[in-house]
This record gives sequence, structure tokens and C-alpha cells, in this order.
Amino acid sequence: MTWDEMRPLLTQACSETFQMVGWSALIAVAAGLPIGVLLVLTDRGGLLQNPPVNKVLGAVVNIGRSLPFLILMVALMTFTRWVVGTTIGVEAAVVPLSIGALPFFARLVETSVRGVDHGLVEAVQSMGGSTWTIVRKVLVPEALPSVISGVTTTVIALLGYSAMAGSVGAGGLGDLAIRYGYQRFETGLMNVTVLVLVVVVTAVQLLGDLAARAVDKRGRGSTSGPRLRLLRTPARATAATSSSATASSATETS
Amino acid sequence: MITTAGLTKVYRSRGRDLTALDGVDLHVREGEVFGVVGQSGAGKSTLIRCVNLLERPTSGTVTVAGQELTALAGRGKRTSRELRSARSRIGMVFQHFNLLSSRTVQGNVELPLEILGADGKERSRRAGELLDLVGLADKAKAYPAQLSGGQKQRVGIARALAGDPQVLLSDEATSALDPETTRSILQLLRDLNRRLGLTVLLITHEMDVIKTVCDSAALMKEGRIVESGTVPELLATPGSELAHELFPIGEVPSSDGRTIVDLTFHGEAAAQPVISRLARTYNVDVSILGAAIETVAGLQVGRMRIELPGRFEDNVVPIGFLREQGLQVDVAGPEAAPAPRQPAVEPPHLAHAVKETAK
Repeated sequence: MTWDEMRPLLTQACSETFQMVGWSALIAVAAGLPIGVLLVLTDRGGLLQNPPVNKVLGAVVNIGRSLPFLILMVALMTFTRWVVGTTIGVEAAVVPLSIGALPFFARLVETSVRGVDHGLVEAVQSMGGSTWTIVRKVLVPEALPSVISGVTTTVIALLGYSAMAGSVGAGGLGDLAIRYGYQRFETGLMNVTVLVLVVVVTAVQLLGDLAARAVDKRGRGSTSGPRLRLLRTPARATAATSSSATASSATETS
Repeated sequence: MITTAGLTKVYRSRGRDLTALDGVDLHVREGEVFGVVGQSGAGKSTLIRCVNLLERPTSGTVTVAGQELTALAGRGKRTSRELRSARSRIGMVFQHFNLLSSRTVQGNVELPLEILGADGKERSRRAGELLDLVGLADKAKAYPAQLSGGQKQRVGIARALAGDPQVLLSDEATSALDPETTRSILQLLRDLNRRLGLTVLLITHEMDVIKTVCDSAALMKEGRIVESGTVPELLATPGSELAHELFPIGEVPSSDGRTIVDLTFHGEAAAQPVISRLARTYNVDVSILGAAIETVAGLQVGRMRIELPGRFEDNVVPIGFLREQGLQVDVAGPEAAPAPRQPAVEPPHLAHAVKETAK
């Protein structure tokens, strides 16, 4: 198989993978974040201590995590049809992918939020802050670097799950590798696909690390300064709320 | 300004009860700096956290600025709106600063103002003022991780003052700082107390903190307040453990054929050469066994333990002389049988302690 033959296949597969992973990551993050926070809040000694809710939530998350993705996908077919109207294609893959990644991400968020110093919560309580204020202004912002690392891990896990999405005709890189590389003995295409996956995973990890570091203001010495410069080209022009801008102004004044 | 009555806190863990506070009655007057000392585990931390109800007392009441907080608490674990609004008028600083690492110094100071609902312009104006007040105006855009411990605590103090509180609670605010930084932070607290009329309740395990800034102090042991009063009052209380801790002058040696006398100096008397005058006037040999004289809350105070030859009966006259000099005199040792001593319950003025001794 020549490169010219491979290229359209690869472009198509990449676009399918990116769509599947992108949408399901978005949904998993949007839904997993509140669930993760809720798991901490309702836990014993939490701000909204509520053992029944905590137990139920924990059980649902555990069930979601214990099912292998392939089985989850098949088991969810009825639900998938109900949501997107079909059980075939990218849309149909997004539903089980989101649901598979959601509990995974929720647990990661839970761990991140637990890592926030309780003293900060107390400080805001002593100012008269409500639980909602604490979530918005303390738990989420302080856990953010760690949550971003969690997003990175989740996206990479989703890339792995999405290889199985071929079985519902959603295509993607994994499907390409299996159909051409394995079933048609196209070793060349197989190798290129593996290479593309390695590059994509590395790029995701790198971007995730950079983003996590950019929002992490803990223990920032002079050493992490130059690295951040990568991310803040037009820092001066952007709004003061963007993390890169505040980071740059901080280094200017200090 | 802050009054607790019968404050009790019992922690229940695995069927066992642990009493952290055992009926604490505390009274902090408006505008004073009140220090609570005690060893770790004495219940100081629980006490201060009960004052703004971060910790719910098991029983008893807390009243701050005329408002009974324990009545606002509401049922269950949820924090009522009234309690939250009362808390916003009580500033609190912490041992480990508890600054948000994700926010700049200015962002941290603005946080309580955000909770109070101030608009952006007002917030940044007020934060600027507060940072000026604590001497950190140039660090507004820095992150906490870029500051030293002392600077972080200054930010903590600025943040605690953002809601214009009348009361500041300080939970071991200087315990994580080196001695020099401790002094500068205490100086700042003293300054704020004077300039803003701020009432400060602080807890500490360092006697030096009490000596440096406190008008009044209380000693806590096993969940109870065992001694409490203004610093001069405490000094004038015979056998006061706090006075002894503040001015340690050693153990009482066995005294056969000699008289051990404890002298307490206040204000003017501390500046007089009393001892040499005593020796010259009565021609007695005075040995100084121990002495500690310092400036407490801006006044010279101290204690000294001296030894006079002969028994108590032989020394009535020199002791009378010491009393006349305006010193408080306590005779220690087995033969000591001085006039009934009056516990210092009078209003907190040095003159009163002196009056007692001048009788």
C-alpha cells in the first residue's frame, strides 16, 4: 500500500477519532466534574455530608468503572438508540465513550478535590462563605492543576476505548489498524497507524502538562518561568483573568 | 466584646468521649489584645474555633459584639445565612496562612469582599488600602508561593481585615514563623489594635507572644481556663502560674534561718534602685536568687526573688520598707505568714496593685 493510498484512510480515521474522543471527553468532563465534587462533599465529614447519596453515587461510579468498555458499549445499545437515534457511527460511539469515561474522570476529580488543604475551606468559612462559594472559589480553582492532569489521563484513556468503537462502525484509528493492518495484513499501514497514535498520545500529554503547569501557582520558583513563556506569546494583550497573563504580570512585578 | 459562657466541646470517637472544652467562661473586653496560652492539647485551638463556630460547641454560648452566635447557628450541620454574615464581621488568621495558591495576593484579599458582594472597583480599591496597611502594596500581583512566611501572614491579616471586622481571631498566627518575623507580625497586630480599635483574641503556646502584645491573658489546661486576667493583675496574683511562666525565677530553695521574698515590680518601682537602698538603709546582705524584669505591654514589670538573712520575724522592718517602695512583696518559705493577701480582682490598673502593698 502506498502513502497516497494510506493518506485518505488516515485522514478519515484521524478525524473520526478526534470527533469521538473530543465530544466524549467534553461530555465526560462536564458531567464528571460535578459528580467528583459531589462525591467529596457528601462524604463523611464533608460539607454536605450525606451518606445515602454518597453511597449511591459511589456505587454507580464503581459499576461504571468495572465494566470493560466493549461490554459497556453493547449493553448500552438500547440507551444509545434512545439518545442519538442510532447504534451505528460516530454519534453512537460517543454515548458509550462518554459514559465509560465519566466515572473514571469523576474518581480522578474526587482525588484532586480531596487534595485541597482543608485549611483553605475553613478560611473561606470564617469569611462567611457558603458551600457553593467554597466549591467555586476554593475547591475547583485549587484543584484545577490536578484536574487538568486528570483530563489528560481521561483523553488518553478515551483514545484507547475509541479503538473498540470500530465494532459499532464508528471508524477511527483503532478500527483502521484492525481492518487493514490485522485483517488484510497491511503491516505498513499498521505501523503508520501505531506511529500516529503514539504522536497523538504524546501531544495530548504534552499539552495537558503545559496547561496544568500554566495554572499551577504553587511553589513557582524562577525555574518554571522560561517554560511558561511558550504559552504566553500575546500575554500583555490578553485579559487579566487568563492564567498566562497573570503569570506574566506576576513575574514582572516580583 | 467576646464572651463565652459554659462553653463545652465533646468529641465522640469510637464510642469514647473526649472533652476538649470543659465549661470555658471567657471574657474579652473591647479593644484589648487577649492571649490564651496553654500546651498543645489544652483546647486552645478548639476554643478559638468555637468563637466563630467553625467548631460547633456541644453546649454553652458564644457572644461576639453583642450578638449571640450560638443562637444563629440553626439546626443541623448547615450554616445559616445569619451565622455566615456574622462570621464575615469576624476576621481570622491562621497558623499556616491558608491563602489560595491559585490567586494573587490581591485576589486573596479580595475574596472576602467578593463574598460580601462588593463590586470589582470597590474590591480592588479596598484591597489596595489593606495591602498598604500591612506594608505589602508592592506584592499585589505576586502569588503566595513567591512570598516569605511573614509576608504570607501579612496577606492573611489583610484578608482578615477586609470585612471591616471589630474582632480578629488569631490561631497560632506566629507559630510557623521565625522569632524576628514573629516580632514584626506581633508589632503589626499591636498597631492594628491601636489604630483600628480592633479587639484581638489570639491563642499561642509561646509565652513571649503574651509578653509582647497582650493586655490580658488566660492559661488553659485540659479544656479549662485555670487563670485569667490582665497581665499586671496576673503578676500581682501570688502563686500565679502564668506570672511564673512569664517571669520564671526558679524554685524556692529550703529556707532555714533565712527569708525568701518575692518582689513584683510594676511601672515606676521597676525603675528605682530598691535593692541597693534596702541594703544601705538596713545594713542587710541581700542575695538575689533570680530575677526577670521586662517590658510587658509597654510597662516595665518584673519579678525578683531575694534572700534576706534571718527568719521572717527578723526581717519585718526591711520587708515593710519594700512594701513602702510600692512593690508587691510575697514572702515564700515555711515560715512565711504575711498579712492576708488580697487576690487581684480589682480593676486592671497598676495603681491598685500598688495600693494594696502600701497599706
